[in-house]
Amino acid sequence: MKPVTDKLSQHRQFDCELLILGAGPAGLSAAAAASAAGISIILADENAQPGGQIWRGGAAQWRDPRTQPLWQTVQSAANLHCLWQARLVYIERQLALFETPQGPLTVRWNKLLIATGARELLLPFPGWTLPGVMGAGGLQALIKAGMPVRGKRIVVAGSGPLLLAAAMTAKAAGADVLCIAEHQSWSKLAGFLSGLVWTAPKKAWQALVLRWQLRHSPYLSDSRVIAAHGQQALASLTLQQGQQQRQVSCDILACGFGLLPNLEIARQLGCATEAWQGFLRGMVDQQQRSSQPDIWLAGEACGIGGVEQALVQGCIAGLAASGQSQAALSPDLQDQRRAALAFAELLARYFKPDQRLRQLCQPDTLVCRCEDVSKQQLQAFQDWRSAKLQTRLGMGPCQGRFCASACQVLFDWPPADLRPPVFPAKVSTLCALAAEPAPPMSSQTQVADKD
Amino acid sequence: MSECSDTESAEDEFSITINGQPVRVRGRISVVAALMQANQLVCRQSVTGEARFAVCGMGVCHECRVRINQQPQQLACQTWCEPGMAIVTAEAAL
Repeated sequence: MKPVTDKLSQHRQFDCELLILGAGPAGLSAAAAASAAGISIILADENAQPGGQIWRGGAAQWRDPRTQPLWQTVQSAANLHCLWQARLVYIERQLALFETPQGPLTVRWNKLLIATGARELLLPFPGWTLPGVMGAGGLQALIKAGMPVRGKRIVVAGSGPLLLAAAMTAKAAGADVLCIAEHQSWSKLAGFLSGLVWTAPKKAWQALVLRWQLRHSPYLSDSRVIAAHGQQALASLTLQQGQQQRQVSCDILACGFGLLPNLEIARQLGCATEAWQGFLRGMVDQQQRSSQPDIWLAGEACGIGGVEQALVQGCIAGLAASGQSQAALSPDLQDQRRAALAFAELLARYFKPDQRLRQLCQPDTLVCRCEDVSKQQLQAFQDWRSAKLQTRLGMGPCQGRFCASACQVLFDWPPADLRPPVFPAKVSTLCALAAEPAPPMSSQTQVADKD
Repeated sequence: MSECSDTESAEDEFSITINGQPVRVRGRISVVAALMQANQLVCRQSVTGEARFAVCGMGVCHECRVRINQQPQQLACQTWCEPGMAIVTAEAAL
């Protein structure tokens, strides 16, 4: 057995002026913009390749024309160092600790740019834990990482434009997309589309093209999966359309109810967030500055808004964080920023999860998948914290990332904060902190009043 | 042209094992992808013994935990297959 010191000797230490967390569209855009200032920059991502979720698959698979110029700039900048497969487990003022396959890694930073993107909102319903039931974005991500779906019968369900994108990825990979079951009503969808024509006509066109490409897969409004059935894996599901129910045999159910920003790191550092359309978003000014000095937020952290928002906010944040404030405030960028925000507002307004989605969850349906805690076990409690302490809800590896959001919809429980380490971490990784000098008193985190 | 792609696919094929059984894998795919390819729709057992498989595809939900090369609790959705990799699934929860 190797002694612990072997792992510690693999502890890599870095220093930089600006640390950017996340190499999706926002992080890449930020890195490219910031690199012009010549300061030392580290761009870290837990994946092996850049692109985040929207541009998953690595440079070789990218088809979006916006990717290459950004990636060229990032790759060729001598003052920019990329860290891949680096999962952040702990962060404090001026020090970040990552776990990597090669061992622990610490980064000393002066400025921080958080571009950690979003995850899906998954809501419980009977049978949702069966193998073969996954998120809609989850299906997309898994297919892009090579999961074979050729010939498989797939139902896409839940709510939001992501369902169409996921269905298209599945279809392009040879799957038989049986139908797309959208929770919202036809009038809501029509409202969203006309709003889109107004605020983002190109997106409206994209939506219509997508719908056309998926014309062989019925797109059902006011529809939802009320139960998934199977022994060891998914075999069929009960689909409700309006007042009617029917059974559908299928191999995969891709079900998701929209996206939520990954705000754990921002909140740990005391960045102010605000309630927005039932969930939280990070509060930033026009230069993407958070409420904490030397910390910027960009992209989904500021409210779900997709790739255009990520690109413009990443660019503005990168310019601002590297001292190029004048460029950050340029009218052109600020116009794009406003346009992206308008789209985000539209998304939130039309696809906000409603009360009816609570009813999908039955008393014996599991709410916390990590610790197998059912709804009836939770009904005795008034808030997240007491439920967590009594049932282990949220104490598993996902640290409440999925069940806490589900509990917000099910019980109106306010969001809960994570405690470090923010992801499961090896003891040897945490030991790396011992090798770092303690931060001086003056740089301790100030907790924002607004919280 | 088709001859070229045949050569390419033969070159980037390799073997892994899933629960001791050899599986041929081609190209750069995740461990979840290999499990689906081998029709093994189970990654782990939940704390009450339910079979679980990948859900979020992005390393957050931790449902796709498998043992890889003797190391437990590895996220199959974020790990790429490599020649000789030994994957063990459906282990009882810790």
